Amino acid sequence: MSDSARLAAIGGLLLGIVFLAVWQWVPGLLGVPPFIIPPASEVWNEFLYMIANERVFFHVGATSLSVIAGFVLGALLGMVVGYALGMSPSAEMVLSPYILALQIAPKVAFAPLFVMWFGFTVYPKILVAVLIVFFPVMVNVLGAVRTIDRDQINLARAFSANRLEVFWKIEIPASMPALFSGLRIAATLAVIGVVVGELVGGNVGLGYLLVYGQGQANTAMVFVVILLLTLIGLVAYLAVAVTEGRVLHYLPKRDFGAR
Amino acid sequence: MTQQAGANVAAIRLEFRNVTRRFQGRGKAEAVTAIESVSLQVRDGEVVSLIGPSGCGKSTLLNLTAGLDRPSVGEVLVDGQPVTGPNAHVAFMLQKDLLLPWRTIRENVEFGLEIRKVPAAERKSTALAMLKACHLEGFPDHYPHQLSGGMRQRAALARTMATDPTVVLMDEPFSALDAQTKMILQKDLAQTLSSMRKTCLFITHDLAEAVALSDRVLVMSHRPGRIIEEIVIEIPGRDNPLIRRESPMMNGYLHRLGELLDLAHAKV
Repeated sequence: MSDSARLAAIGGLLLGIVFLAVWQWVPGLLGVPPFIIPPASEVWNEFLYMIANERVFFHVGATSLSVIAGFVLGALLGMVVGYALGMSPSAEMVLSPYILALQIAPKVAFAPLFVMWFGFTVYPKILVAVLIVFFPVMVNVLGAVRTIDRDQINLARAFSANRLEVFWKIEIPASMPALFSGLRIAATLAVIGVVVGELVGGNVGLGYLLVYGQGQANTAMVFVVILLLTLIGLVAYLAVAVTEGRVLHYLPKRDFGAR
Repeated sequence: MTQQAGANVAAIRLEFRNVTRRFQGRGKAEAVTAIESVSLQVRDGEVVSLIGPSGCGKSTLLNLTAGLDRPSVGEVLVDGQPVTGPNAHVAFMLQKDLLLPWRTIRENVEFGLEIRKVPAAERKSTALAMLKACHLEGFPDHYPHQLSGGMRQRAALARTMATDPTVVLMDEPFSALDAQTKMILQKDLAQTLSSMRKTCLFITHDLAEAVALSDRVLVMSHRPGRIIEEIVIEIPGRDNPLIRRESPMMNGYLHRLGELLDLAHAKV
């Protein structure tokens, strides 16, 4: 570890300790009651209580699995549509106003609709995640395919590459950086999609615990759930960032945000 | 396959027969004639340069030869066969090296062979031999971004030569390089072309480069591009442009070309 990296690590750790100390004592000193901002220790105790009594890891698992399902399906769909539209400009011209409308529509607003369609099952929340993940992936892939260097494609064609070879050997690898920046955004959005789906109904997942804690005026529980959701989002983001680092290893070294 | 016209005359590798290429204007815009009635012949092992003002249709000529574009009128022949699409006889090299950033240098050199379905082991040995010929032995596993501009252009040359084309097309391949690197690469190219006996059509803006590297220089006019003059370069030693540049005949050719290009401008 270099000196500057060690300094950064120590600084980060110190900042964390300071943050926890402020959280623990400052609201009390300012007279903020614990039901508004519960101190850090109370949130930690609530977490331990929830492990024992609220099956918190079951809910974490349910939410995580839905996030993964929504992310994978949404990303695949985004890629398929993005590449397909990227390769046929005429289809894109026809579809673009509708895509734009759908893109502008707030995806989370579909959650109640999906619950009405599919009931209190896993499908509504996965569907909201799919919908919310789809757009950044599709838009990035489409943009990348459209802006590929024509000369790279001509190079392949001059070597007698057919359409499929141009796709696999030029278009796919050339669009990888854009695809991954779409996936990074999508990873965090997937968590939002699933939580909104869980908020709207059902009795499974962290979104449900959020509503449950609110109903009981249990601020500490809401804090615990927010932290757990942040953790899930962080893990999802890091998973994408690490994969990106592996896949795009050929790029000049740059900051992948998380390495 | 080749047309042997006579014992002393080398086979014609590349031929344009009265080629015109028009581009349809968009909407009400008028059609643009990029090149008009271009006829030229490049014989086996010959290096022919094309110079002319920008927008004179040089790139159109290149695309027609590579089979990426078709003439509106006339015929383009490579080895006596009309060019109807991209084919194995022609390879090109541009100002941009077009190395694919996700492939190592060796994989980039193998690119054309891979598309031709050459077995992996053979591809690899060809690529390594080409890299050696282009003075890049130490870099097969590097990625393009790790190489300097000159080295990247060498790698592009290796890729161009790897498919063993009959005709090599070059579109200002060295124009983005600094003057020193450019001279070294010109020398290497001249040696590679003569040792591999490649036929080459070389497009450039650099008059000295055209004279130093070529057997003949064709001068094109402003759009619509026509060939207005052919100059045979009689300085000996085509395989060493550095020595050729020192020749007392050099200035005469440069002067002549300069005059011709001004003349071409005056026609607009």
